[in-house]
Formats: sequence, C-alpha cells, structure tokens
Amino acid sequence: MRFDLQIIASWIEPGSRVLDLGCGEGDLLKFLIHQKGATGTGIEHNESKVTQCIEKGLSVLQGDINEEVLDYPENNFDYVILSQTLQQVYEPDTLIRAMLRIGKKGIVSFPNFSHWGCRLQLLLSGYAPVTKQLPYAWYNTPNIRVITIKDFRKFIRDVGFNILKGVAINTHSENRYGNIIAVLPNLRATYGIFLIGNGT
Amino acid sequence: MSEYIEHDKDANSVGIVEKKSYTFAEPPMEMVLESGAKLGPVTLAYETCGTLNASRSNAILVLHALSGDSHVAGYYKAEDDKPGWWDNMVGPGKGIDTNKYFVVCSNVIGGCMGSTGPCTINPKTVLPYGLDFPVVTIGDMVDAQKALMDHLGIKKLLAVVGGSIGGMQVLEWCTRYPQMVTAAIPLASTTRHSALTIAFNEVARQAIMADPKWNNGEYYFGPKPDLGLAVARMIGHITYLSDESMRHKFGRRLQDKSDFSFNFDADFQVESYLRYQGKKFVERFDANSFLYLTKAADYYDLEIQHGNGSEVHAFSKTNAKFLVVSFTSDWLYPTYQSRSMVKAMKKNGLDVSFCEIEAKWGHDAFLLSNERLFALIRGFLERVYRESQK
Repeated sequence: MRFDLQIIASWIEPGSRVLDLGCGEGDLLKFLIHQKGATGTGIEHNESKVTQCIEKGLSVLQGDINEEVLDYPENNFDYVILSQTLQQVYEPDTLIRAMLRIGKKGIVSFPNFSHWGCRLQLLLSGYAPVTKQLPYAWYNTPNIRVITIKDFRKFIRDVGFNILKGVAINTHSENRYGNIIAVLPNLRATYGIFLIGNGT
Repeated sequence: MSEYIEHDKDANSVGIVEKKSYTFAEPPMEMVLESGAKLGPVTLAYETCGTLNASRSNAILVLHALSGDSHVAGYYKAEDDKPGWWDNMVGPGKGIDTNKYFVVCSNVIGGCMGSTGPCTINPKTVLPYGLDFPVVTIGDMVDAQKALMDHLGIKKLLAVVGGSIGGMQVLEWCTRYPQMVTAAIPLASTTRHSALTIAFNEVARQAIMADPKWNNGEYYFGPKPDLGLAVARMIGHITYLSDESMRHKFGRRLQDKSDFSFNFDADFQVESYLRYQGKKFVERFDANSFLYLTKAADYYDLEIQHGNGSEVHAFSKTNAKFLVVSFTSDWLYPTYQSRSMVKAMKKNGLDVSFCEIEAKWGHDAFLLSNERLFALIRGFLERVYRESQK
C-alpha cells in the first residue's frame, strides 16, 4: 500500500466506520476492513474502479464525491477520508464542512505545492512546475487547486475546524516507502496529511 | 425484459433442470390479496439449481421480469435449443455460482408459465379465470413467493436478485420481509414507474384490448388476440432497446431486399425484427397475463405503499445490504431512478453499493452477457455470504 495510505491507516482506531472519498481501487478500504476490523464505504467516480472495488467485496458507490457526501446522516462515520483529491475539488470549504457533518473526524492528504522542487522550477525556469507528484501541464491538469502545507493549516482555521494531527512526508505518488519530514516541512515535504475535526 | 434474447449453448451450465410446482391457499384458506380479493388455490411453478447447504444459509431467490418464467438456467432436456433466460448469469462458476449457492426462481402469480393466472381454471366456474382473475400486485407476488420459501424450509435468503419488474419484487421483499433478506440486488429497476413507462404499458394494453379476438378476456376456447399481443410485444421491444442500440443493430438497413417494396411489407430490418419478436411471443405468452402483469408493475409505488410518500421512510423498513445497478442507455428505468433509491438507502445508513454500467443496449442490458455485471454480482455475493457466515 502507498506510504501515505499506511500513515492514514495508522491513525484509524480499530473497528471504526470509515468513508473513503475517491477510493480508487479500494486498497485503503480493504486494508482497513481486513487489518483494522473497520466497516467501510467508498465513493468513486470511475466505473471500472467501482467494479474492481465491488468485485473485491467492498461496499462502494459510483458517483461524484461532492454530491454523494450530502446524503448521509450526521456523524454516520468515525472518519471521512479525502486522500490526494483536495487539489481537484471545486469547492473545498463546502466539501470539508460536509465531511465533518457526516463524520466525526476527517483525514485529508494532498501534494504540497511549496516543495523546494516546485519552487526552484518556477524560480529558475519560469514555467509552471511539473513534478512527480503533480505531473500535468497547466492546461491539462485535473489539479485545479494549488495548496501548500501552510495554506492548508490556515484554510482549516478559516473554515472553523481544528487540526488534530498533522504529518508531512516525502514519498513519490505510487511509492510504498517514504519518510516523515519534521524540519521545514513546507519546503521539504511532497505531501501533507492531516487529521481534522471539531475538537482539539 | 426481452428474456430469451441470445443464449447459445454453454458448456458451463447447470445442466438438466425440472419445473416443479407448489400449491397452497386451498379454499377456505385462500390468499388475501392487497386489493382485498381472495385467491385460492394458488400454484407457483418454480425451479431450483445448486444445493441448499446444511445451515440453509446459501439460498438466493431470483425474480423474473415481465415475460420471464421459472426457467432461469439450464435445460429441461438435452435436445432443448435454448437454456433458461439467465443462463449467462446463473450456473457453475458464473456470477451467481450454483456451486456455492442454492438458486430458486418462481413464476409470478398472474403469469402464464405454470403459476396461477388468468389462464388457469377457476375452481368455482371450471372455466379459465379470464378477467375474473383478481388484479394482483407486486406485493401479492412477493407474498406468494414467501409461501414457497416457507414450503422449501428457507427462513432466510442470502440474496434476492432481479431486474426490471423483478427488481421491484426485490425491493418489495426487502420492505415486506426485512428479517428474511440478507442482501438484495435490484438491477435496472425502480421504486415506481415513470409516466413514460406507464404510457408505453398502456399503449401495449390498448393494442391487446383493441383486438376483437380479445373478447373481454374470454378467448381461451377460440382464436386468441395474437395480433394485439404481438403489437404489445413490439412496443415492449422498442422500449427495451435504445436509439443507439437500434442504430447499431438495424440502422436503416433493408431486410432481404435492395430497394423499397412500395407496399406495406416489412422493408426495414427493424420492422422485420419487431414482427418476428411479436410473432414469437404470442406462441408462449397469454395476453391477459400481459395485462395483469403490466398493471401490477404500473401500480407499484414503494414510496406510497411503504413510506407514506417518502422513499427515505420506505427504506427505513429495510435492513438488507444492497447492490444497485443501472445502465447508461436504459430509458425505461433510467439511472436517476436507481440513484434516487440509493440516496434514500444512504440516508438510512444502509450498506449500499451502486454502479452505473456503460452499455448501449438499453434496458435489455441487464440480461445480456456482461463481464462487468458478472464481476459486480459475484464479488458482492461473495462478500455478503462471507459476512453472513460470521
């Protein structure tokens, strides 16, 4: 399993009820169900990925995450996970509020746009950065939101929630290995992962 | 809904199956229908494949659509040209794996394939019921199936599965007997017909009733309203396809000719196809059954019957795990109807999976061989079976 997903999994209490937004092929959900005794549901847009998930025995809905989050009762889940998708969301504040309405806690991960690699590319070449984490050109990228770790911390304060836990990591997008960055994370980390909620 | 579409002989088959029947509700213990009318005795034709396990926990009830019957899979005899209507899904190693599950499929009441319907003999008059047959509902069909399950000693169904009107019975099972249903798969279905669907059914019914040979439903000793029933079936076939599938299948191609005949013969392939389907249908289906079954489907309204007008409230009575599947080009039971039931299930915190399969074959897609549909059903059933054994 991807390194960032391993960290997310380590934060989830055994036996939790989990919703994974943009669950892809269901690797995280499957791990949580089998290793953590969680009950989980996923939402995924892509028909082929939805089929793969259901074929694996996961409970998954095909649909748009922004709409599908609206239909659940309040606090239906212990955790609502948004992994590497925030940068593609049109209304991040609406989605985060919906996540923390239907779930007690949220877990959000995203590629850090202020990694030194991005900064250097922009500074030296003058072109919009293209990296392993953000491999698209400006005109074909699904990543419509440019987020940094600092931005995210401020954003969560602005929308009125709290960061309960946060970690910055250095890993490549599909990699199983990586390391946690403690010093200068906004400069050195490729991804940020945060546990958010109403409490402290 | 056009069962028996294109099934070839398949090496991987359940093999020879036998049509059985079960009769209950003998007078004076008649079955009380939703309308208040009494019906009895009631016979259900049914077939089974696979083996019921010792704990009786692997039973799956398959519910057929308008023109289907109990013959879900396999052959009655080795020389049969065609297997049952869902032979591509039900069999050893298939989506509904008969090596693992015990599959039951019964013909609905009101039907004409061995179950009590308008063409059976009314014990009071010793004549076929005809229009004296009471109007039955989807709920009545399910109640009759419940009696069959009791007879077979099945207290809990691992799953109820069905498409179209069969999907309505699935939903009805989940609300009427929630404690008996572990999991449910409504395919290409709805909680209530749209005006469009009712309209097509009404035109089909009118075609039958306008045929003078229909004779108010009393035709069992004379010529049958074959023309009316054939037209009804032609209308049905149009609704089971889609613009895209008809373009693909027929286009404007002519049938066995290179130019127009300049008369009213079947020039176009699509005309010839519809005529053929209509003609074939009258050989095996009863016109009155067509009236009764389409009416039952049109009357069906899960929201009104189980939720005081609220779909969310209706699903609060269920506790099955759901797999809902729709097809992109299905205009008879469009995806928005499936999404709406999924939404109501979610609002109740139910375990629901949903997939809209990209398919150009219209409503018929649920009956056609489709690897994606097999994978969905196989994976879902494996999970619910595993979870039910815990």
